[in-house]
This record gives sequence, structure tokens and C-alpha cells, in this order.
Amino acid sequence: MAQTITIDPITRIEGHAKITIQLDEQGIVRDAQLHITQFRGFEKLCEGRRFGEMPALTARICGICPVSHLIASGKACDALLAVRIPETADKLRRLFNLAQLVQSHALSFFHLSSPDFLLGMDADPAVRNIVGVIQANPQMARDGIRLRQFGQQIIEWLAGKRIHPSWIVPGGVAQPLSAEKREQMLAGIPEALDITQRAIGWFRSVLRQFSEEIQTFANFPSLFLGLVTETGALEHYDGVLRVVDSAGNVIADKIDPSDYQQYIGEAVEPWTYLKFPYYKPIGYPEGIYRVGPLARLNLIDRCGTPRADEAWAEFRALERGAVLSSFHYHYARLIEILYGLERIQQLLNEPDILDTRVQAVAGPNRSEGIGVAEAPRGTLIHHYRIDKDGLITWANLIIATGHNNLAMNRGILQAAKHFVKGERIQEGMLNRVEAVIRCFDPCLSCSTHAVGQMPLHVQLLSPAGEVLHEVRR
Amino acid sequence: MSKKKIATVWLDGCSGCHMSFLDMDERLIELFQQADLVYSPLVDLKEFPQDVDITLVEGAVSSEEDLHKIRLVRERTRVLVAFGDCAVTGNVPSMRNPFGTNAVLQRAYLENVTLYPQVPREVIPPLIERVRPVHEVVKVDVFIPGCPPSAETIYLAVSDLLADRVPDMAKLTRFGA
Ligand code: SF4
Repeated sequence: MAQTITIDPITRIEGHAKITIQLDEQGIVRDAQLHITQFRGFEKLCEGRRFGEMPALTARICGICPVSHLIASGKACDALLAVRIPETADKLRRLFNLAQLVQSHALSFFHLSSPDFLLGMDADPAVRNIVGVIQANPQMARDGIRLRQFGQQIIEWLAGKRIHPSWIVPGGVAQPLSAEKREQMLAGIPEALDITQRAIGWFRSVLRQFSEEIQTFANFPSLFLGLVTETGALEHYDGVLRVVDSAGNVIADKIDPSDYQQYIGEAVEPWTYLKFPYYKPIGYPEGIYRVGPLARLNLIDRCGTPRADEAWAEFRALERGAVLSSFHYHYARLIEILYGLERIQQLLNEPDILDTRVQAVAGPNRSEGIGVAEAPRGTLIHHYRIDKDGLITWANLIIATGHNNLAMNRGILQAAKHFVKGERIQEGMLNRVEAVIRCFDPCLSCSTHAVGQMPLHVQLLSPAGEVLHEVRR
Repeated sequence: MSKKKIATVWLDGCSGCHMSFLDMDERLIELFQQADLVYSPLVDLKEFPQDVDITLVEGAVSSEEDLHKIRLVRERTRVLVAFGDCAVTGNVPSMRNPFGTNAVLQRAYLENVTLYPQVPREVIPPLIERVRPVHEVVKVDVFIPGCPPSAETIYLAVSDLLADRVPDMAKLTRFGA
């Protein structure tokens, strides 16, 4: 009899969601879907607010990457003011954004995914978490905590608060950097670099144990999209949009991010609150693309810092053309941490980094503004319209995780087909399907769904889809 | 004395309160020696257990699932903590109330869309008409305001609760902190 397996809630992702897997009469996987169960409504609820409130308000979309929203929102506000922000402000915002990249990637790798790598995909779910890592490998747990702490601390030193600081303002930043804080930041770099190099070495050494996962975790051809610098290096704050195909060929380049609507469409499906962006020139759903660390490392011609460039060359040698396995998002994340730390060090050593001119002051000069940046999870787009008094009349937001929606859905189907066999469903099979989602590190801030009697909830469905029988185990 | 059982739950919030919890950094190691984290977005167990000593609830009550979940959590928890401004007052999620849930869904799924405009209604939990703070739905024992409360605040409050003391929140934090 046909049945549906529900994994609910998905744990160890930043946010909650659920997965359903449909099996046919033979117990073979027919389809799988990722359902995002929370809806926030920011595109509407900011209406009527002053545009200057947007950074602080939209930061509350996500507590893991509030900085990304502050940055994209700040840039959309700069566009409304029609100003170019002071150079030091630009550098400080970059620093802020990179600190966020470091802390968020550390969270994803160490706190959320390392239990799978260290303890195994089939480990007892009761210990397969950060507390289990603390027990099994205290050094690694401490490394992860320290690295995330370093990123968070830079954010706090710059902005006064780790989560939801109100330091980014239209036209720049609220306060300059002090010499003392700069020294504190620089002092933390060597330890953070050591931790990151150690993690890369360790991860490379365990990759062999995960060849089956590498083969089947959202490993398929797709496009990749993200920002690069004008000269094709890694970029997270500004730059131009580039699209490459699965062979690694550039198919669109130097796109002004404000033209995003010509390239990105959004479709709705009835079974999830997360919309499906797609690459417009190809259409839906064939215009599937991926964003985030894996995409960025596939897009660029080089990172632009020495250690990261070395690590990147090894990374790109994993596959010919673009690296297609989403399992390698984890690897890409570590390389981006390395890059982030090197760039933070460079920026802190810029002669004008302590300059006190950090804000361009103006009133609204345009009625529409678009801000685009690379969040840890991929390209983030804020788009606002205001009335003559500077009050928001309309907003559109495309959040990094949304871009990956098509790929996440196709990825769980691929992994479910490979690992889930209907006759005897084991926890480890389902953990692998969830682990596909953890590769993308989705930042959904979704609420959890039902708290069932049992962790696993299987529904037997008639061919017409009505529930014939339900089992919880 | 057996170890206390702690849980953390996530309703309609941004996860910032959970992140602030993680900002306890190395003190987390010490905390997990004193108490077991039995249910949380950070661990894999999918069923909310019986007899939890302390549950921190982030976020407001926004969907039918949130309603269902918070009632179950209340039944199984000794000390229920409204964790952060969203849980305490409704905060950001409740900004949808003046517009109404339909208007908010309409903007996202009918207006700002290229293909297949429709409001998703299959499988996923329906949104309730009015977002509510946790204490409007179930009894709350301790309130920790802040958006998010700082790691220091959380550490002191949780330490008090683990020692069966009632934390003096007015000293530690305030709304919008
Ligand atoms: S109180 Fe603030 S930090 Fe906590 S969930 Fe709500 S918006 Fe996020």
C-alpha cells in the first residue's frame, strides 16, 4: 500500500520545516517534498514604516544572519538617499559582513553538522548533537564555539551588540571603529586561522567515509548564481551578478544587481510557504540554480587572498567543471571562513579604517531602492518603494534560502530514492534525507510543526491521496 | 540529585533568542554538565518529552501548530519561560495583526509573484487570525524580555532556575534590550 513518511520537525537546521516522502505499493520512493511551515509576512508588515527603520526591522527576519539583512537593507536605503557612502563606512560594513560569515559558517559546520561527520549518520539520535560532540571530541567542540564566538565578538565590538544591533544606518554606519577594538580583533585572527586550517585538514581526511553521501546529496547539474567582483574574485558585499552552468561556463556576467527582476522569477507551490525563485531566461522549473558557498566557489576565477586561494584550488580539483555535490557546501563553507579571516585582517590594516567620517547624511532622493549582498547562505535582495514622506509603500524580499528551494526539493528526492527503502525504515536513512537539507544550511526561521507521540509519522495513502491508515513509531 | 531536564522551543520567532543562548559560548559546556538538553532545535529528538523541568519558549503563537504545540509543552513542563520579546509581547510577528493575516498572505503569494499566484494551503499549518504572546494562550511562569535577551541575562536566569531560584528579571533585562 502506498505510504507517506513525514520527518517532522527537521532538526539541526536554523529553522524548522518538515519533509514528506511518498512511497508506492512496492515501497519505492515516488516523490519527496520539503515543506516550510512558517510564514512571517515582512513584505507587508513594513508598510507605512519610515524607511530608516527597515534595517532594524528586517534584521528580525533572522537571528542567525541579522547582519545580512542589515547590510542588504542598508544598501537599499543608500539607494533611496542616492548617496555613495564614505569609503571607511564601506570597509566597516564589509568587515561586519565577513564577521557574520565567519560566525554563521562556524555555527553550521560545528554546532549543527559536525555531529553527523564525527559521530556518523547512523549514530544514536540522542547523542547526535553538539552536546555529543562536546563529549566525543572536546577540542573540536571548543574550536567551533571559539570560532563562532570570534565572529560574534567582532560584530559586538563594531556594533555594540551581537544580535540585532542597530549600527547600520542609511548612508553608512553609526559609529567608527576605535583603535583599541581594532587591536582586539587583530589579536584574535591567528587562533581563528589555526582552528579553520585544522577543520579543513580534518574534513578532507574524513571525506572518503562519505562517498555515498557525496554521490547522492543533491548532486546534479544546475546553474549557480551569486555576486563576484568586477574582476571575478570572491565578493560578499557589493559587485555584479554572475551565472555559471554545471560545466563551469559563465552564461551571464556583469549583471547590475538592481536588474534582478529580469533574471529571477518567483513561483508559488501550494504545499510550502517558501516561494521558488527560478532563472527567468530558462523558465520554471528548468531554471533551477543554487546560491551560497558552493555556488560562490563555482562562480569565481579566484578568491583573492593567499590561503583561501590555495584551498580553493584544491577544492575545484574535486570535480571537473563546477563542483556539483551539495555535500561540498560544508567544505566550501570552511574555505569561505578562511577567506573571511584573511580579508578581515586586510581590512583592519587599511590605513583609513579608523577614519571617523562614516555616514553620508541625506534625505530620501529616490522613490525606489534595491540592495543586494551575499549572505552566508547566498544572494539576498531587498527592494523598497517609498512615498514622498519616506514611508514604505511596498517591499519585495528574496532571501538566500529561497533561491535554493528547487535544489533542496530535488536533493531530498535524490537522497530518499537512494537511502529510503520502504520495507524497513531506519532512523539513519531519514537522518540522511535531513542531512541533505543541512548541506544548504537553510536559514528558514520556521516554526516547528506538530509534536507527535512519536518522532516518525507514517501515513498510508490511497492512490487518490486520502489517508487510509496512520502509524506513528 | 539527578540532572535537570531543559528544553527549548521555537514558535514564530527569528531564532535570535536561540542564537543568544548559543552566545553563552564556553559557558555552554558548563551548562550541559549541569543539565540535559532533552528537546531543542539543536538536538535530534523529535518528540517533546514528559516531565521537563525548564522550557524556554522563543517566538509568538502564530499558526495552528504553534497553538497545539505550546499547549502540549505546557502540560509537560514544570517551569515555562517566555523567552524574548516575541514570546513575551508578540513583538515583530504581531505586527501583522493590524493588516490581518489575509492581507499579508496576499502580498507575498498573490502580488509579489511571477508564476502560479496562490496562497499555499496544503500540508502546511494554517496561520491564525491574530498573533498572540505565549501567556495569552497558556500560563507562563517566568518572563525574560529582550530582543534578544543578552547571553549574560540568559546565563544568569537559567542558572537561577537550575538552582530552583526565581530570577529577578527586572535587574537583568528590559523590553527591547
Ligand atoms: S525576541 Fe527578537 S531576537 Fe527573539 S525571536 Fe523575537 S525578534 Fe528574534
